[in-house]
Amino acid sequence: MSNGSPIIRIENVHKRFGKLHALRGVSLNVERGQVLVIIGPSGSGKSTLLRCINGLEIPEEGRVTVDDIPVTHSAANINAVRAEVGIVFQQFNLFPHLTVLQNVTLSQQVVRKRTPVESQRIARELLSKVGIPEKAGAYPAQLSGGQQQRVAIARALAMNPKIMLFDEPTSALDPEMIKEVLDAMLVLAQEGMTMVVVSHEMGFARAAANRVIFMDEGTVVEDGAPEQMFTHARGERMKQFMSKILY
Amino acid sequence: MIGMRGKFFHMPDIELLPPDNRPSRDIAGKALALSGVSNLPAWAVIILIAGLIAAAVIVTNAEYTSILLILSSGIALTLYVTFFAYTLALIFGLVAGLMRVSRNPILYTIATLYVEVIRGIPLLVLILYFFFVIAPFLANSVPDQFAFVFRDEALEGIIALSVGYGAYLAEVYRAGIESIPRGQMEAARSLGMSYPSAMRYVILPQAIRTVLPPLGNDFISLLKDSALVSAISVKELTLWTRQRSANTFKPLEHWTIAAILYLVMTLGLSVVVRYLERRYAIPK
Ligand SMILES: Nc1ncnc2c1ncn2[C@@H]1O[C@H](COP(=O)(O)OP(=O)(O)OP(=O)(O)O)[C@@H](O)[C@H]1O
Ligand SMILES: [Mg+2]
Repeated sequence: MSNGSPIIRIENVHKRFGKLHALRGVSLNVERGQVLVIIGPSGSGKSTLLRCINGLEIPEEGRVTVDDIPVTHSAANINAVRAEVGIVFQQFNLFPHLTVLQNVTLSQQVVRKRTPVESQRIARELLSKVGIPEKAGAYPAQLSGGQQQRVAIARALAMNPKIMLFDEPTSALDPEMIKEVLDAMLVLAQEGMTMVVVSHEMGFARAAANRVIFMDEGTVVEDGAPEQMFTHARGERMKQFMSKILY
Repeated sequence: MIGMRGKFFHMPDIELLPPDNRPSRDIAGKALALSGVSNLPAWAVIILIAGLIAAAVIVTNAEYTSILLILSSGIALTLYVTFFAYTLALIFGLVAGLMRVSRNPILYTIATLYVEVIRGIPLLVLILYFFFVIAPFLANSVPDQFAFVFRDEALEGIIALSVGYGAYLAEVYRAGIESIPRGQMEAARSLGMSYPSAMRYVILPQAIRTVLPPLGNDFISLLKDSALVSAISVKELTLWTRQRSANTFKPLEHWTIAAILYLVMTLGLSVVVRYLERRYAIPK
């Protein structure tokens, strides 16, 4: 719709897992082209919030709309939303029985109905973009963690998403591989991709994010520009949290 | 290691055979070379050598040879029943296994009833029940052109075996599907795939590789259980052996050869299963 309206709207969202109240009234708008970084302690609901955006979780209360499509139990809506939203997981979740190339072409062929030739051309372009064109014929288990995560990014991009979600994309990686993944994400951010990134990589947040939110116990506690958030955290909870993750 | 094995089986059992049954030194030499060079486990080497000796006995003894040839005609029916029953069981098992992991309570309940009821009944009883109760009923209630299915003992045996094994295989498939990490389904769905597409392209190809060993084992079990259809007068290897041995008063020779034939088939299949496991292994 109009470029002025937020591409993601989250209104007073509540999500419970049995007795556990994981999201307690979260409201959040994300503008087109915005790069939002979410930080917060373990169990604060960051992943749950992210998963509400592409319909992997459906909140019991409140509304989530993506590009004006409501994310509800309706299969048609969920498929429409997923066509616009790519997600990259902490554990990569590549398909181990398929080669790298097949990982990137499968959903193009099954969902987008692209021909093998076209989907392979797109896949090779994207693999070059994330810096591993030579690994097209390898299987996931033959790649390093950093390479696997970059394949996962290429796989999500192959669906031409308008929004990319990242759930701790570097926290399962050895330190020397973190940069190659963050670099690929930075390129995306600079190209204007709308991104929601759960990550505690402060360097990435400073370099790429326009906005950082701090979550705790299922709510958004602080919200602001990265510099301001990291240097002048106002609330006690965020100060405490920052002192734990920074040296 | 190879040397030790060679020494251990050094020119072993030839002297134990009656002189007129001894195979030529040439065959024995080849057997030795095979056990030494290949890295077969000890039990396989023992079976191999025993098998070669048995083969030598059978080939050089006219009576055994003729029994072998006669009994071989039962193998065709055994293999026919086994292959068709297994193919059907793979299909029943897949459908029931998918229903067992379905979130639809009706599908889940139907499949669970099938699995629990069938697995609680001895296969032999299942075969007899189908033969004496269900098949005659169906033969009279389906259109005439299909009735032959329920009047042909071999087809009835195939159906009963496949219904029984379908229940076992359903549990194998279910376990395989449940062994695939949840993230695989989530990744596939997040890429926009429907649940059936995700099953077909992502979950099942991995699940089936995981369960190839138990699927193979059940194939071999089914081959052995195909002997049960002798109870409904299908003249497969077991019933055929029984009739021949009764007619000729030579139970020792007949049952020994029948046992060897089953062993050859099951060992052959287990080699095939191992090959398939390696062939379809996910590269590491
Ligand atoms: N499928 C589920 N079933 C039950 N409880 C869940 C489920 N998913 C999440 N939870 C619980 O909800 C709460 C929020 O989880 P969430 O994964 O969103 O936290 P997080 O902020 O991403 O934490 P982390 O940094 O450890 O990834 C946690 O207490 C978690 O145990
Ligand atoms: Mg998380």
